[in-house]
Amino acid sequence: MKLMYVLASLPFLGILVGVAFANRVEPFVFGLPFILFWIVAWVLLTSVIMAVVYRLDPANREDAE
Amino acid sequence: MNVALVVIFAFLAFALFLGIRARRGQDMDLEQWTVGGRGFGTLFVFLLLAGEIYTTFTFLGGSGWAYGEGGPAFYILSYGCLAYVMSYWLLPAVWRYAKEHRLHSQSDFFVKKYESKGLGVFVSLVAVVAMVPYLALQFQGLGLIVSSASYGTISPLLAAVIGTVSVTIYVMISGIRGSAWTAVVKDVMVLVVVVALGIYLPFALYGGIGEMFREIQAQRPGFLALPDEGYSVSWFVSTVLLTALGFYMWPHYFTSAFSAENEKIFKRNAIFLPLYQLVLLFVFFIGFAAILQVPGLEGERVDQALLIVSKNEFSPFVVGLIGATGLLTALVPGSIILMVASTVLAKNVFGAISPGTGERRIALLARFLVPVVALVSLWFSQQSGQGVVLLLLLGYSLVTQLFPAATLSLLPNNFVNKWGAGAGIAAGVATVTYVTIAGTAIGDLLPFLPRALADTNIGIVALFVNFAAMIGVSVATGGLAVRREQSA
Repeated sequence: MKLMYVLASLPFLGILVGVAFANRVEPFVFGLPFILFWIVAWVLLTSVIMAVVYRLDPANREDAE
Repeated sequence: MNVALVVIFAFLAFALFLGIRARRGQDMDLEQWTVGGRGFGTLFVFLLLAGEIYTTFTFLGGSGWAYGEGGPAFYILSYGCLAYVMSYWLLPAVWRYAKEHRLHSQSDFFVKKYESKGLGVFVSLVAVVAMVPYLALQFQGLGLIVSSASYGTISPLLAAVIGTVSVTIYVMISGIRGSAWTAVVKDVMVLVVVVALGIYLPFALYGGIGEMFREIQAQRPGFLALPDEGYSVSWFVSTVLLTALGFYMWPHYFTSAFSAENEKIFKRNAIFLPLYQLVLLFVFFIGFAAILQVPGLEGERVDQALLIVSKNEFSPFVVGLIGATGLLTALVPGSIILMVASTVLAKNVFGAISPGTGERRIALLARFLVPVVALVSLWFSQQSGQGVVLLLLLGYSLVTQLFPAATLSLLPNNFVNKWGAGAGIAAGVATVTYVTIAGTAIGDLLPFLPRALADTNIGIVALFVNFAAMIGVSVATGGLAVRREQSA
């Protein structure tokens, strides 16, 4: 239960705090400016994190379809 | 009539056909018209929630921001993510409550939670004031795109009128079902057109996406990151946070959540919606591709960067497809806003003023308010320049002020009462309005702050004022209420 909330707070840290450190154009990663790469990476991670949260969430296990 | 125009009208006719046909087999009472009988599955809810993100603003504004501002445009890609994370817990709670009490609007939610029709009227007025400029901007964008894609054969006004009439027709007939069906066409078009353009243009003009960014960095060093002043890191962080909090407070997103069949749908969508946002990446690519290809655009023409670069590169048929996509990005969110604004006015304002009006009459009234709201918004959309944009920015900040009262009401022990909720929203709204109209920045209010904090979005301050007023008034009036209970 706790782990779920810790996981869900990561995108907030990554985007709101992380961007202060990622605010640069170089190095380019996959051709993207670093800041854009950073944000895209967090968008992808958010999706993964929410998938894990979905599996951890006991509410989803009880009433399986 | 040129090829582009034929393509645009073909898509308009198709959308209209689907929108009207969506009614089939449904008795359109208030429950069906506003929330689709609460029977939408994962796909429709996904399209309603996700589809509303891709409005004309993202289509034109997203590429326009990338073109004109560079790095700061990335905020558009960031806030959705955080809003989706919150939606995992927020939307199921809202949905459960809405289903239990057969709610039809966001204002209904406040009326029930705080047991106050007066608060409902107040929230409704704030909501409508926020929504009308949003709708007006959709119509304005629609006029711009269609007129431009038709190579000027129809004027922006005529295009906006045609769009407004179409959307009014299918909203009156099919309600949210019409929006859901047109959203299907729209999202397919957005995916195909935006991804294709976003890949084709960088490759055709620069030889690749990485090459494009290197070229821009070489010519304008630092343009692709956040600047030290203005749209700086503190602006970015505060704006992303505020927009994420306000995201689901838009009355039309809030209501879209009511249409789901069960609450798991939201949890599943919280996984897929962030990925879907990546389409915005391609919108940015289009804007960046235009920088060195059509340099020097200024003012309103910045928002047309996408159209201008496309007309240089493609045949009228492709330009027609782009125009049709732009048209649909305006129609779908436009239709939902129209329906929600009309419902709120009929049920939560008129219904509160003359109690005892039956649901059938409310439903009828809501439907006949659709053309009225549409006309007012159309009129607004023809007011040039600053006014509408100012109102839209105001609208975003206004709906965010609903966040504290709405979220706290979902907690098991909510200490906020109707007076506190009303006072908080009123204080927040007043702060936002004053600041927006006076054009004050945080740096002006608190000049001693270091530069890094001076760019913080002023909405944060309004939210604090809101919160303080809400707690203060709740405690004060709560104490009174308890004393009255004891003496009675």
